[in-house]
Amino acid sequence: MAVEVRSGFEAILEQCSGLAEDVTYPSVKRWRDSHPGGHAVGHFQVYFPEELIHAAGMLPVTLMGAGSRLEAKQADSHIGSFICSICRTSLELGFSGRVGFLDAFYTTPICDVARNLAGIWGRNFKGMTAEILYLPQNANGKGAVTYLRDEYARVLAELKRISGRPIEEADLRRSIGVYNENRRLLRDLYRIKRETPWLLATTEAYVLAKAGTVMPREEHNEILRSALAEIPNRTGRRQDRVRVVFEGGFCEQPPLDMLQLIEEACYIVDDDLLLGMRWIDQDVPETGDALFALAESYIERSTYSPVQHDDRKPKEEMLLRRVEGSGAAAVILAAAKMCEPGLDEQVAYQKTLEAKQIPFLLLDFEEKMTAFERMRMEVETFVESILFD
Amino acid sequence: MIETKISLTPTPSAQPEPDLVGRGRRDGNRLFKEWYTELDAAAESGDPSAYVFVMGSTAEVLKAFDLNLVFPEINSLQMAVRKVSLDYLNKAEDYGYSTDVCGYVKADVGMHLDGRKHPNGRIPKPSIVVATNMCNTYVKWVEIWQRMYGCKVFVLDIPGQRGIGWSSEPGSEQFENDRRYVQSQLEELIEACVAVTGKPFKIERLQENLAHVNRMAADWSAVLKLNQNIPAPFNAMADGLAYMGVLSAYRATETGARYMAELRQEMEYKVQNGIGTITEERFRLHGVGPACYAYFRRFLELFQEWGAVYVNSEYLAYAGGGLDQGIQFNVERPLESLAEQLLVTGRRSMSNMFFSQDQLADAVRDWKSDGIVYHSVKSCRTVSTGMADSREYLTKTKDVPSLFVESDLVDPRLWSEAQFKNRIDAFFEALGARKAAALNPHELGGFAVSSRGPQQVAAKR
Repeated sequence: MAVEVRSGFEAILEQCSGLAEDVTYPSVKRWRDSHPGGHAVGHFQVYFPEELIHAAGMLPVTLMGAGSRLEAKQADSHIGSFICSICRTSLELGFSGRVGFLDAFYTTPICDVARNLAGIWGRNFKGMTAEILYLPQNANGKGAVTYLRDEYARVLAELKRISGRPIEEADLRRSIGVYNENRRLLRDLYRIKRETPWLLATTEAYVLAKAGTVMPREEHNEILRSALAEIPNRTGRRQDRVRVVFEGGFCEQPPLDMLQLIEEACYIVDDDLLLGMRWIDQDVPETGDALFALAESYIERSTYSPVQHDDRKPKEEMLLRRVEGSGAAAVILAAAKMCEPGLDEQVAYQKTLEAKQIPFLLLDFEEKMTAFERMRMEVETFVESILFD
Repeated sequence: MIETKISLTPTPSAQPEPDLVGRGRRDGNRLFKEWYTELDAAAESGDPSAYVFVMGSTAEVLKAFDLNLVFPEINSLQMAVRKVSLDYLNKAEDYGYSTDVCGYVKADVGMHLDGRKHPNGRIPKPSIVVATNMCNTYVKWVEIWQRMYGCKVFVLDIPGQRGIGWSSEPGSEQFENDRRYVQSQLEELIEACVAVTGKPFKIERLQENLAHVNRMAADWSAVLKLNQNIPAPFNAMADGLAYMGVLSAYRATETGARYMAELRQEMEYKVQNGIGTITEERFRLHGVGPACYAYFRRFLELFQEWGAVYVNSEYLAYAGGGLDQGIQFNVERPLESLAEQLLVTGRRSMSNMFFSQDQLADAVRDWKSDGIVYHSVKSCRTVSTGMADSREYLTKTKDVPSLFVESDLVDPRLWSEAQFKNRIDAFFEALGARKAAALNPHELGGFAVSSRGPQQVAAKR
């Protein structure tokens, strides 16, 4: 049974918020109930070509931790002390049986911790495929796209085995079409946030987008279309607020309360939250070899992040472009605690912004944090320093 | 692939040189000093240098262009051993790096901020840097130098094992797909080296280097296996580290190959004559994870005091550039063979970190280890993330005794000797009781009894 889209922006928002933040995954369970014999495949952050799962008639589910909604009781005894929260709570989702509906789990080589998840998952959750999708880390190599196409074919073969059904080229193209539309709708959402942030807050855009990580993308498209149609009717008024870019949410997601407190002081006009959904920033070609099109798009039609090295996309320059493109006056440079790539990149960003004399605020966060008073004060002081400079 | 057959109990050979015992360590120290002297000279002359890592150094290619090899991991380790790492860590943290960032990276950044003045000599600027994906932090690390120096960055991507039970053997379609990808990158690396050095690529130089590695790998593999003997002729965490330093720095050279042959000779002699590393080898340990180099001597002593010897270490497998199994290149088809072996050894090194459980159990059996010591280090999440889980798996499925301790590679602030000692003492108490019970189960009733407790054990060398 498909999720029924509610009418009215606030109702849609409430519906999405419920789906996105509920670590009992009600939408996935509903889907499993209404698809007897159906399969669900989980993947860790940041990017995974969900089109492969979708084309196999399976439900893709993004595992991105559980914030403060789940304590890592069992996971803590399986993982070292110096590990980020998102990996702990993602494992806890497995140990607590909350994602027992999954038939497979994929991680990618985004960092040293994420790669280890495949081994831990495989040792503990028997009967479930637990693999690494080896996305290429030499994005500039002439063989990268062909290699990735072959790697996607390997994953597709495993998905075929699990689903027990053939996956035709037409299935893949259809899925690419569904995901292209999803990415277009998300781009529309971000355009509105950038151009008229008083009509759409980042926390709102965030939950609208995040709902897509736990439901079929066709249904998410319907939700986004309805929400986008309602936004022009909203009555938000423009305020004299500092426009900022939020950078540092590419993997572990900051708590909603943290985003909210930032938004109480400024407009977040662009960000790298839920980056995997928007990694490919143009349409994937719907003609030709579908796997090649997906592989090529990963390399050639994509944005940037601290977990990909690409000489064509120096990350500081990409951040400056994001700042310029969104008309932001300042940057919130966030990094998740214990996140090596994010913390390394934070320094590079900091030095570049200093050189360009663009105001920035460094914030470290954890998805599970619940006390924000100090952070609130830091943000308010930062904004005041810009306004009264 | 040529198989390397190794006798575990070598037959008596010609009379050894009088100073044979300890030669590997002495020569290793000398070679290390010479290597740093060469780097210091390169810093002065401006000769092109390559920054590389111990896992996947591609020395075979880089040395064909006479590039000086700088190993930043070794530099950082040396800072810790020389008790100056904290100074460099502080410099990097003052610059902006978080306390949660890898200590190797920060110590290195501190050194660069300090004008590349290393306690062992000056370090040349990088002309090219090569990182494999075997550690993700390598890739972040090279980006730092790229920003500092604008040097050429090359990321060599080696697809690893995809999951538990997954394999792809040479000749299979899967292996060929991955091998082609690695080979195409090697061709691009060669082009980059030509551009950086202005020298032409000579295939015969690559062939020579591969031949050196073939000799080195055969002897290194033999050296490691000789430690299956009782007593073990060397301590894998202490001596092994020194040997591995030469293995990295002198890989793909005649000097390195000769060193390893002589080391093998020394180890064979020690085995023939029953020479171990301590007076009484009471416990044989398998190490997982590196040591704490900021307190290296103390780290080792805490085990030696109990009569324990590290007979093997996963570290020697993955940080030894994958030569532990004695790979052999086919020098007649150098590039193809190099790509193939990089894939085989790189994959095995990564598997030793991410999917180590079964290989680990086999190694414990083959090296007759009494238990495993897992040392989780904050700086290296590659090796540390899955340790606790792997440990639990082996305890449950194979009943392998183990100890789990945490500190860091180079950050002395993360070392707590009291905590270490308590855990180590408790581990050996239990291990002693277990060994005693295994020898005489009826008398002891299977209950833990106190072993003899820690003692100062004089090293023989």
